[in-house]
Amino acid sequence: MVNEILEILNEDSRRTPEEIAVMLGTDVETVRQKIEELEKNKVIVKYNTLINWDKTDREYVTALIEVKVTPQRDLGFDAIAERIYKFPEVKSVFLMSGDYDLAVMIEGRTMKEVAFFVAEKLSVLDSVLSTATHFVLKKYKVDGVVLEDEERDYRQVIVP
Amino acid sequence: MNMESMIAERVKEVPPSGIRKFFDIASEMEGVISLGVGEPDFVTPWNVREACIYSLEKGMTCYTSNWGMPELRKAISCYLSRRFGLQYNPKNEIVVTVGASEAIDLALRAILNPGDEVLIPDPSYVAYMPCVHFTGAKAVAVECRPENEFRLTPDKLEQKITSKTKALILPYPNNPTGAIMTQEDLEAIAQVLRRTNIIVISDEIYAELTYGKKHVSIASLPDMKERTVVINGFSKAFAMTGWRLGYAAGHPALISAMVKIHQYTTLCAPIMAQVAAIEALKKGFEDGFASVEYMVRQYNMRRKVMVNGFREIGLECYEPKGAFYVFPSIKKTGMTSDEFCEKLLMDQKVAVVPGSAFGASGEGFIRCSYAYSIDNINEAIKRIGNFLKKIL
Repeated sequence: MVNEILEILNEDSRRTPEEIAVMLGTDVETVRQKIEELEKNKVIVKYNTLINWDKTDREYVTALIEVKVTPQRDLGFDAIAERIYKFPEVKSVFLMSGDYDLAVMIEGRTMKEVAFFVAEKLSVLDSVLSTATHFVLKKYKVDGVVLEDEERDYRQVIVP
Repeated sequence: MNMESMIAERVKEVPPSGIRKFFDIASEMEGVISLGVGEPDFVTPWNVREACIYSLEKGMTCYTSNWGMPELRKAISCYLSRRFGLQYNPKNEIVVTVGASEAIDLALRAILNPGDEVLIPDPSYVAYMPCVHFTGAKAVAVECRPENEFRLTPDKLEQKITSKTKALILPYPNNPTGAIMTQEDLEAIAQVLRRTNIIVISDEIYAELTYGKKHVSIASLPDMKERTVVINGFSKAFAMTGWRLGYAAGHPALISAMVKIHQYTTLCAPIMAQVAAIEALKKGFEDGFASVEYMVRQYNMRRKVMVNGFREIGLECYEPKGAFYVFPSIKKTGMTSDEFCEKLLMDQKVAVVPGSAFGASGEGFIRCSYAYSIDNINEAIKRIGNFLKKIL
């Protein structure tokens, strides 16, 4: 049941407990309670909106920074990751397997702004060995959603 | 030359489709919300489409064996065994067809002589009666009642059996009612049939789409396999309606008779669709049919939203356990199904299908498909509610 509630909210976070109760064939109180628990336990972290900023006049660039670091004794990668994700410019941080250690997504108003952030804030950190910056040119699909050219409904109006 | 006079009697005798009229009006109208579609709103999963594209790139554009590609027949055999406990030999007990529709037509033509009778639960999918009629045999409706949740009952069945009865079409889960037949329901029907020489044409195209109870095939009951031909396909379970790919599984003598017609009239099902179907099944074997299960979960939620919605606006409907249709009664409006649907379309721009299009027992009901997004369903129910307020 919990996973089903999450699946529904993941698809559309505006679904009300009343609607979810009908969809799952249960009562509203149960759904409310479960959602409250999920919020309290930080399983549900936040309700936000997926926005295609490219369709607005907001100026912004996104970059993926590959960061190689030296893990610290006892703390591993966590301490350095924390130092990085505390910057508000940093939108997400993942620990990776493979050629580099941390994948850092950064958003800024211009390429220059992002480049300076990397040069002045990231590269200078003690544990950071090297960085490589890749700018995002176009977003096709974000969090499982295709931003443009969604397939449309080709079905006839009535089919037996 | 008067071409109309040249048309064969059997073709002329079949009345035009009961939903044509609504289709013509609805497809011209702007802003129509439809609950009228008998096909999934999911697009064929990408892995399946991609496999087909790849096969085209490789140049797989030829005919296949009349029976269907051996690899596909093997996969179908394995699928029927895993999902429904049915054992069929891919060498001589399975034929791949152009949609389950062709399989039904082949099965009927392979067994029917003029004058034979075929029993068809009423209401049912619109094609059975005409297909029987085209062969020169007689379609006999067997009434199914709302108080029995539109299941076929042994007493109604027995009343219609005569010395001429050659076959029974058993279409469950059912379009348009969403009814299913449980193992016990089927056993009661099997008890009647075992005493006869009636062949069961079991149209199980919606077999994967049941809610709460797993589908049971009548062929899995004792002594029923030999007298049953199982019809299924990829349209509903794998969201592959436009690919036109189905199959029949049954007694080797019957299947080879069906192949005889198929090879001279159709030759084979399109190879592109067959390649795609192999991918659909292979992926299913690997991930436990995760994409099917996902679709079923989505349909189930929509089903509950729709049943609940109709009850809230005061339309009586039983809870259907299969397919993707709800079949509410509109008897309290005093209108016929036809009138109701036409007025609803004109007044609120909602397209649903009159139950009477599926047989006389469907009169007083409307078929509403929930193969739509929840927002679409909610909007349609709101509009139907407005319509009811106006007329009641």
